[in-house]
This record gives sequence, structure tokens and C-alpha cells, in this order.
Amino acid sequence: MSSTTQLAPGVAINLPKRRRSRRHLAHRAALNATAAVVLVVMLFPVYWMVSTAFKPGKDILTLTPTWLPSAPTLANFTDAINRPFFWSDVKNSLIIVSTVVAMSLVLAFLAALALAKFRFYGRSAFIVMIIGVQMVPLNALIIPLYILLSGAHQVDKLSGVIITYLTFVLPFAVWTLRGFVLGVPKELEEAAMVDGCTRFGAFLRILVPLVAPGLVATSIFAFIQAWNEYLIAYVMLNSPEKQTLTVWLASFTTVRGTEWGPLMAGATLTALPVVVFFLFVQRRVAFGLTAGAVRG
Amino acid sequence: MTRGAAGADLLTAPNGSGLAAPLARRRPAFRRRVVRAAAPYALLTPAAVVITGVLAYPLYKLVRLSFQKYGLFELVRHKGEDIRFANYTHILHDSLFWHVVARTVLFAAVNVGLTIVLGTLIALLLERLGRTMRVLLTTGLVCVWAIPVVVSVAVFQWMVDFQFGVVNWLLTQLHIVDYQHHNWFTNPWQGFAVITALIVWGAIPFVAITIYAGLAQLPRELVEAAEVDGANAWRVFWNITLPVLKPIFVILISLSIIWDFQVFIQVWLMLGTTPSEDYYLMSVYSFVESFKISEYGLGSAIAVVMVLIMLSVTFVYVRQMVRIGEAD
Repeated sequence: MSSTTQLAPGVAINLPKRRRSRRHLAHRAALNATAAVVLVVMLFPVYWMVSTAFKPGKDILTLTPTWLPSAPTLANFTDAINRPFFWSDVKNSLIIVSTVVAMSLVLAFLAALALAKFRFYGRSAFIVMIIGVQMVPLNALIIPLYILLSGAHQVDKLSGVIITYLTFVLPFAVWTLRGFVLGVPKELEEAAMVDGCTRFGAFLRILVPLVAPGLVATSIFAFIQAWNEYLIAYVMLNSPEKQTLTVWLASFTTVRGTEWGPLMAGATLTALPVVVFFLFVQRRVAFGLTAGAVRG
Repeated sequence: MTRGAAGADLLTAPNGSGLAAPLARRRPAFRRRVVRAAAPYALLTPAAVVITGVLAYPLYKLVRLSFQKYGLFELVRHKGEDIRFANYTHILHDSLFWHVVARTVLFAAVNVGLTIVLGTLIALLLERLGRTMRVLLTTGLVCVWAIPVVVSVAVFQWMVDFQFGVVNWLLTQLHIVDYQHHNWFTNPWQGFAVITALIVWGAIPFVAITIYAGLAQLPRELVEAAEVDGANAWRVFWNITLPVLKPIFVILISLSIIWDFQVFIQVWLMLGTTPSEDYYLMSVYSFVESFKISEYGLGSAIAVVMVLIMLSVTFVYVRQMVRIGEAD
């Protein structure tokens, strides 16, 4: 299939290549086979999760695994969502995530503008801080954060979790957005100002629309990070009706004699929004993180 | 993006540099200059305040705590009791602590090594694939990338379940070993093998896709010239690809060290939130000391040592990133 795309532009031009085509094809086939194996190995856990989620109980608890559900059923999903606190925890997750995304986006965009558009005293220091704090393991900060929040009576409250989530979302958002703002050539804004725009007008009409994809990508990435977080929510939120979806899912697994069907259904539901969003943004984020790295 | 850049060239070419700059500069300037000088600080302040509040201050607090006795009593009182280096002398004389440090270093090294090597191989594979297969593989990798850790722990637990786990079935079927009713977590080496598989599996997509993005920036002429001169694939990789992509590798290795050195959730959840001492990594040990035994000071001291080890290893990374930040 891939060789046809190469042939597409013009058969005549590709004729000389045909000579070595047999070796070429064998090489291609070997590469494609390797890629297929990698793909199967990487996707197997995902496939196994989804497949188990749709299986009736007798397909799950069997010594010889069945690869596809014999009679696909939604029973595991209804079981999972009818467990206590599923809906309240979904709601908590959504409240926390949307607040974190909104706050971090506004704050990070302003900071990214400063870093990308201005040279000023203290700029390097701020950059060092942004990068430095990303290196501090959250697992180490959980202790002082817990003690500070318990002192401020913010334990077991969503507000406390929201504040602490900014610790890991905000620095990353600043760094990524800085890359997107830099990607907009400053000549565009200058041209708009020559044509009579004010500085703010140029900002609104030129920069914001051009950075918009970056804002979307960053906010989705913030969404994903906040949605996936487990440790802080686990430590800070004690009452089951105040926890988040990841904590709800993890509490499934600690019980002896796990019910795999509903667990895999719950896992699928937890992963679904993230996977969908991720497929939208991954290219931008992957490139944003290392943008300019090769030049440096 | 490219279209925007082309447009910019067209717009600036006739009048950009020649006319606009002097016109703008001639306006009465004092107020504007003050505004311009103050603007970046005004923009930065909100983010800086939040980062200081939620990161810098807790970091300071962590170091303070590590010099204090801070148990349940102190937690209620909101005030620790200074005991200077007692926490540190305690852990330094604790043989379990040294075991945990050694285990953490080994664990991180294995995970980082596997992640980088396999990620690089997959990136090189991606580069050589045809379009269809490449899109398929990239999409698959992105799916894996997106799976939340809590979810993947549950899935791996299910795959290595001692009675109905598909891994045990597969190994038995292939006559590699007879693993019917095999519990992977009785032997910590095997348990850590499962955890390593989980972590490497989850980390490969990011590494592979990032390196692949870097490979796309590799100057083609360089590779072709080397091939004309008779260099084989290995030589090309070693003498061209690696040096050109070195900055990306530095970033990826450092990030992997940061992530793998502080692994917590995977161990914690995989062992049902009650890992035995054989499964302690530094972050697990620190967490247990703090939140199970309520010795927050001791837990903080362990965390501080963990941060210090990581900082010393990843110093290069910080320098690299700062250089990128300043260059732009």
C-alpha cells in the first residue's frame, strides 16, 4: 500500500526504482511485519481491557481466555456506573478539571506572553523556576501540601485539590504556550500595527487567533493531566462522595477477589475521554515540548 | 503556520523595517516606556504568585519539616518541634533506607534504559515505514500514551491475575514455563518485572513520538552523503543521528529519570496499597513513613534525599532547557 503512494506521482519517473524492487519489497514487508508486531504488543492491554469489559462473566473467569466476548454485553458497564459514588465522583472530577483548566490557561497565557514577547530583568530566573519546579517530584511535595492544607482546613475539599493541581499543570502550561506564542512571527503583529492597529488590537486580531490552536492543545493537555491525577486526590479527599474518578476506580482494585468485568468497564469509562482528547492534540504537544531543542 | 509566515514576509517587505520603526519611536515616549517596562511583570505576577504559593513554599516547608519532629500531635497543633539533623541521622543509620535507595537507583536505571532504547528503536522504525503503517502505529502509540496510570495498573493486574491471567496462560501455552496459578508478586523480582513492563509500556509512546519528531528535522543530505560514502545504518545512527538529536535525548533521558525515580502509584496500587518492605521505593518509603506511621518529618527527610539525588543527576537537563528558553 505504501509503495503505491510512491508510484503515484508518475510511473515513468519511478521506473529505475523498479529494478531493485524485489529486495525493496522484501525490506518493506519486513518493516511492516515488525511494525505490526509492535502495534499488537502495545495495543494488547487496551484491547484486553475493552474486550473484557464487554464479556459476560463466564467468558472472563475461564482458564482458557476467550479473545472476543461470546455474547457482548453491557452488564459490566451498568454494574460499574451503578456502584456507589460513581456519578458524584464523575461530577467532582469534572468540577476540579474544568476549574484547573480555566485557571491555568489564563495565568499561563499571560506568563507565556511575558516570556515570549519581552526581554526583562528576571526573565531567566523565571525560566529557571518554571523548569526547576517541574523537576520537583509531586510525590515529595505531597507531605508539605497535606500539612499546609490541613492547617488551612482545606483537606477533604475540592478547592484544596484544585489549588494543588495547579502545581503540575501551570508550569507545563506556561512552557508549552510560550512555544506557541513564539511560533507566531512578530512581523505579523508589526504589520497590523503599521496598518493602524493599536498594540492591543494587533494582539486581539492577530496573536490570539493564531495562538488559539495552542490554547486548545494546552487546555486539553491540562485536562488530561488533571483527569488522570490520582495521588493528591487520594491523600486530600477522604469522604467517598468527594473523591475523583481515578480514586473511585482504584478503590475497586483493593478488594480481595476483584470483579474484573465491572473493573475493566470502569477502567474503559475512565480512559475514554482522555484517549479521545489525546488523539486530537498529541502532535502539537509532542512538538511543543521539544520545539527548538535541536537548534539549542 | 507556514502560510502565516509567508504572509508576514509579504507584508513586511515593502514597509515593515523601513517606515514603521522610526514612526513608532518618534512618539512622546516616557509613559509608553514605563508601561512597556512594567508590562512583563504585570503579566507574570499572577502565575508567579500561584507557583510560589503552591510549589516554592511547600518545597521550603518540605525542607523545614525534614528538620522537625512532626507526628500526629504536631499535626493537630500545626507546629513541629525542631530536632535539627535527627531525622537524617536516623535514616542514614537505617539499613532499610540504604536498601531502598539502591533498589530505587537500580529500578530507575533499568526503566530509563529500556524506555529510551525501545523508544528509539520504534522511532527509527516509524521513520522507515510507509505512510499507512506509520499512521496506524502512531495512532496506536497515542492511544497507549493517553491511558491513565490508574487504568493501566488495573489492566496489568488483570493480565497477570494468578488464576485467570492471560499472561500466565500464554507462558504456559508456549511451554516457556508452567505458570498455571502463578502469583507474580510473591517474588519481588518478578513483581518489579511486571511494574517495569507497565511503566516502560506506558512511557514508550512519548519517547518514540518525540524522537520521531526529531528525526524529521534531521538534514537528509547529511544522511545521504554518509550512505554514499558507504556508511551502514549503525554508523549513520551513531555518527549523525545521535549527535544531531543529542539535545532531544538529553531532555528525554532527564525527564525519564525524573519520572522513574519517583515512581509511586504503580507500586502502591499494583500491590493493593499495602506493599511489603521488599517493594519499597524511595517515594513509597517516604509515603508510608508519613501517611501510615504519621512521621511526617522522617518522610520529608527521605523525600529531600530523593529530590537531591534526582537534581544531581538531571542538572544537565535544567541547563539545556534554560539555554533553550533564553535563546528564543
